[in-house]
Amino acid sequence: MKEQELKKQRGEFQPEPMERERGPFREVFHRLCKRTTALFGLVIVALFLLSALLAPVISPHDPIEHNLAHKLEPPSWEYPFGRDELGRCILSRIIYGARISLVIGLIVISIGILIGVPLGVFSGYYGGKVDFIVQRFVDTMLAFPGILLALLLIAILGVGLQNVMIAVGVSTVPVYARLARSSVLAIKARQFVEAAKSMGARDLHIILRHLLPNSLSPIIVQSTLHMATAILWAAGLGFLGLGVNPPTPEWGAMLNGGRLYIRVASHVATFPGLMIFVTVLGFNLLGDGLRDALDPRLKT
Amino acid sequence: MGLLLQVRDLRTYFYTETGIVRAVDGISYDLQEGETLGLVGESGCGKSVSALSIVRLIPNPPGKIVSGEVLFEGRDLLKLTEDKIRDIRGDRIAMIFQEPMTSLNPVLTIGLQIGEVLELHRHLNRKESRSEVIRLLRMVGIPDAERRIDDYPHQFSGGMRQRVMIAMALSCNPKLLIADEPTTAVDVTIQAQLLEMIKELTSRLGTSVILITHNLGVVARYVNRMAVMYAGRIIEWGPAQELYRNPQHPYTIGLLASVPRLDQPRKARLVPIEGQPPDLVHLPQGCPFYPRCPRSMKQCASERPEPRLVDLDHMVSCWLPLDA
Repeated sequence: MKEQELKKQRGEFQPEPMERERGPFREVFHRLCKRTTALFGLVIVALFLLSALLAPVISPHDPIEHNLAHKLEPPSWEYPFGRDELGRCILSRIIYGARISLVIGLIVISIGILIGVPLGVFSGYYGGKVDFIVQRFVDTMLAFPGILLALLLIAILGVGLQNVMIAVGVSTVPVYARLARSSVLAIKARQFVEAAKSMGARDLHIILRHLLPNSLSPIIVQSTLHMATAILWAAGLGFLGLGVNPPTPEWGAMLNGGRLYIRVASHVATFPGLMIFVTVLGFNLLGDGLRDALDPRLKT
Repeated sequence: MGLLLQVRDLRTYFYTETGIVRAVDGISYDLQEGETLGLVGESGCGKSVSALSIVRLIPNPPGKIVSGEVLFEGRDLLKLTEDKIRDIRGDRIAMIFQEPMTSLNPVLTIGLQIGEVLELHRHLNRKESRSEVIRLLRMVGIPDAERRIDDYPHQFSGGMRQRVMIAMALSCNPKLLIADEPTTAVDVTIQAQLLEMIKELTSRLGTSVILITHNLGVVARYVNRMAVMYAGRIIEWGPAQELYRNPQHPYTIGLLASVPRLDQPRKARLVPIEGQPPDLVHLPQGCPFYPRCPRSMKQCASERPEPRLVDLDHMVSCWLPLDA
């Protein structure tokens, strides 16, 4: 900084390129905020993340404390979303439920990325037999309906939150493998990869330093969209009773719990359902916005 | 001055669905230390492939170096293990490519990219390599190097990026620099600047250069020796001045006639070489230039001319040198 000021004092010409001070992240963030729908998605996702992180601070009541005397009570000032079939505060349960959904989403995506991306990258970079074998495996998995695969895995592994995450995670692996492979194929043909080779770089170095960072943006977009899918699937499996154990507040299980009382106390099923809907919508909007913001062709 | 590089009967073929493409079909040449060799020819004549073959960067499959020797500092590069040749790439032999816009990784700062080479071959730590990178950037004439080192490639113009590439290529003081059409993608004024700089820096560092180009006019000043390639072979080879003054092969003559010159009247028309370069899958039996040659004879269609000396170190492959 000092040097720049000195130069200014000496009257040296200092060009100030416009985009200079803005790093790549701020750049994307800036472009993201220009789109109303994307911004809307970002706000929803931010609220979701905040409620998940701050659940103990912001939830008005204990999410598992029940009170049968007040069961199915409609919304009131004290209990804004009402009480469920065991008299528990629905708002608190929804706030704590966000935690579970967030954890499910993150773990599912991590499984998909950690297995799928390396598979795809190696398959695309080495080509030939490696590629053929990996891609036929991916084809087989893609031909299988995802939810069926997840159900099958749960049937093998048993009911429980951990197994739900593994099942849904594994069923997203082929998507990431495909995606990573196709970006690597496009990038490895570019000259800087050849230049890196001509400088004596090793394969692993080229993959980690040149191929992965350049193929990241479609993977980021996909994982945001997958977050929505993961939450939806987890809720679906929770609704079927294959997920968490009863007292734990999980949106799908809450929806199922409220199902029986939908005629007498519609709020019990409505609010968890609404939360699933809004959160999934938020991640989808954010994903779409990110896709546009990260697309270099749309840069102006 | 000793012999740095000896290429002997190098053949690189590509095995494609339509047949075997003989991209490089038996070329031989020598390169002295500190010398600059111009490798000239039209698109698809095997210039780039022959240069890439030296450091074994031919994509395999479909390409394969079929035979030959590449003796560099006494070692046959074609026989080295993959690890050994990797140590040579970027350290002893460096390359500059045609497209400055795409030969840098867009997501890394240029400082990191040049520094990588230094960390790889000279085992410098981050701090040492940073000051070395600044020195290199200054060397290639990038103003305000301390600040520019943290910029991304898109913040540089084409000419500046090519300077960055040159800095990267020369970072480990290579003995040989292979410049594959380094100035094709930049405009004419920058071309001259870049070539001047390559010449100046390599002569200071004692680096030999193989300059690949299709532009005879541009390289004249910068090369000591020239090899003209046609259909995967060297058809004429000799000191640059000799080749310009006294070309022997009808193809070389044709190339020189098709370059605009300042000493010709402004209305003088350029003389093109008629026809297309031959299909490298189905090379004619005789001289590959025979179908386009204005002076072809019966013998040319059936027999391939072997290289022979017309002067002390001026070699030509033609049945009918002009002064015969």
